[in-house]
Amino acid sequence: MELVFEIKGGDFTHAGKASSKIKKVLKQLNVDAKMIKRIVIAVYEAEVNVVAHAHNGVLRTIIGNDSIEVVIKDEGPGIENVEKAMEAGFSTASKAVREMGFGAGMGLPNIQKNADELEITSEINKGTMVRFKNYF
Amino acid sequence: MNTLPKYHAIKVDEQKCFGCTHCIKACPTEAIRIVNGIASISSERCVDCGNCLRACPVDAFYVEQDDLQKIFAYKHRVVLFPAVLIGQFHEKYSEDQIYHALIKLGFTHIYEVEQPIQWLSEEIKKKTGKNREHPLISSFCPAIVRLIQSKYPSLVENIIPLKAPHDLAANFAIEQLKDEGADENETGIFYVSPCSAKMAAVNRPLGETKSVVNGIINMKDLYNRIMQVIPKEKPADFSELRKNLSRDGILWSLPRGEARQFKSRAMSIDGIHNVVKFLERLENDEITGLDYLELKSCSQGCAGGILLTGNRFLTAERLQKRAIRYPAASKLTVNEKYKKTIQQKLQAGKIEPGNVFVLHTNRTKALEKMQTAAKILCQLPGIDCGACGAPNCHALAEDIVQGKAKMTDCIFLQKRWINENKLTAEKGFKNLEKIWGKNRFNADCNKKGGRNEGF
Repeated sequence: MELVFEIKGGDFTHAGKASSKIKKVLKQLNVDAKMIKRIVIAVYEAEVNVVAHAHNGVLRTIIGNDSIEVVIKDEGPGIENVEKAMEAGFSTASKAVREMGFGAGMGLPNIQKNADELEITSEINKGTMVRFKNYF
Repeated sequence: MNTLPKYHAIKVDEQKCFGCTHCIKACPTEAIRIVNGIASISSERCVDCGNCLRACPVDAFYVEQDDLQKIFAYKHRVVLFPAVLIGQFHEKYSEDQIYHALIKLGFTHIYEVEQPIQWLSEEIKKKTGKNREHPLISSFCPAIVRLIQSKYPSLVENIIPLKAPHDLAANFAIEQLKDEGADENETGIFYVSPCSAKMAAVNRPLGETKSVVNGIINMKDLYNRIMQVIPKEKPADFSELRKNLSRDGILWSLPRGEARQFKSRAMSIDGIHNVVKFLERLENDEITGLDYLELKSCSQGCAGGILLTGNRFLTAERLQKRAIRYPAASKLTVNEKYKKTIQQKLQAGKIEPGNVFVLHTNRTKALEKMQTAAKILCQLPGIDCGACGAPNCHALAEDIVQGKAKMTDCIFLQKRWINENKLTAEKGFKNLEKIWGKNRFNADCNKKGGRNEGF
């Protein structure tokens, strides 16, 4: 089963829409509550990343019998140093974004913590692709 | 532990219900469908919040209650009522007048439930304060507890396993009466409920097999009876019965009544639809740094309970004024003789998640059903009109894959298929009669609903 969501950069009011919808689907599929929680946290962080940093993005998820794969592709500034971005607390978020309570530098570390498999590729001034997979 | 079958306090009066769409839209768990022209509540999904009662234009929903005459089967007749009962009466009636009226109605002992509230708040504080990932959630409102069990299973372990104020007061009353030499078998405890959720919870307490009370009285009914007998003359002095009642107790069931007990970050949210939005965010881990969460299904807390007669804002305001006249719980000296016993009795059993929204326990089948539902949804108009008897198109699609509804229940699809000669007009009409009942399409100048509504 495939679900696709468009994410608009800068639109914080709608951040969380994809994670809420995915959560509902996983509950109906009788996925363990603890696993749902991990997936939802990862999806939400990924959504906020696009909203806070990129111009726009697409979140695509494939939910199967025993796993879920989420791919988020965005058009945006890209990540200069992916390794550094994975460090807890490292952030390039603007002051405005931080004042809204986002951009604490926990986005990618949180995704890593909650995903079973994670892959990030990024190109400066073009965009970023985050792909993660969790097994139920 | 024996698990009793689910009990719900809300019933449908089939004579009054004429099958409109108000309740199906108001239900926060999409538990209601219209079948044969009458609202039908899913026992699995219902959380007893009472929003359907509020939404119904013809009062077709009612709550089960015990007859007041039942109290006379007991020698000692204890009435337990939450402080919001007092808040409904106009200021011109004193507390003593209301207490006096209760004696006139036949009760021998009177207890407001929120006392001695410090014993309960002490227990809550023992369980909070530790650094946790998610805040602890109050178990005060039974509709919220049931909502979390069914819709937010991952948050179940955050609910504090403690019982409610009515258990506190009931046990307090039992101990005091025992000391006075009253035989427990001759003692009848009657709880005056402000809502359907508390009624259901008193009948089926959390993790317990037997309720602590002997009967439940509808607060609306009791209000009317009190008004009939309320003494005009100067009432007796009952202040002795309120010596354990505090400001904190009186405010407990209002928004922030619990949250104000905490120095740490505690939040209060009232109104079940607000609670749903908040829990969604909490589950996404969007909200951090919170220690205690007080969630109440009704707007204005129990002052907005569905079995109250007065206006919720006036009731809340009167209680706030009343509370000022009472000392803070910390300043009150209560005989601590029963404290230990009662605090032990306030511990509730484990609260289990419900998972009632699962499409199928076999994930492959659940996935298939979900995909079919998504395909069906493409055919539906998406206007959520409710004419199929389900609250929205999505709910109908899920009902169809669960074998509980048919594609032709949708009036849009019907029209399309009649136009494409796939369905006869007669068959389509018959389908609609199955949902809305026979003769529902006849002209009727005296019909209920659709008149003087919305003004």
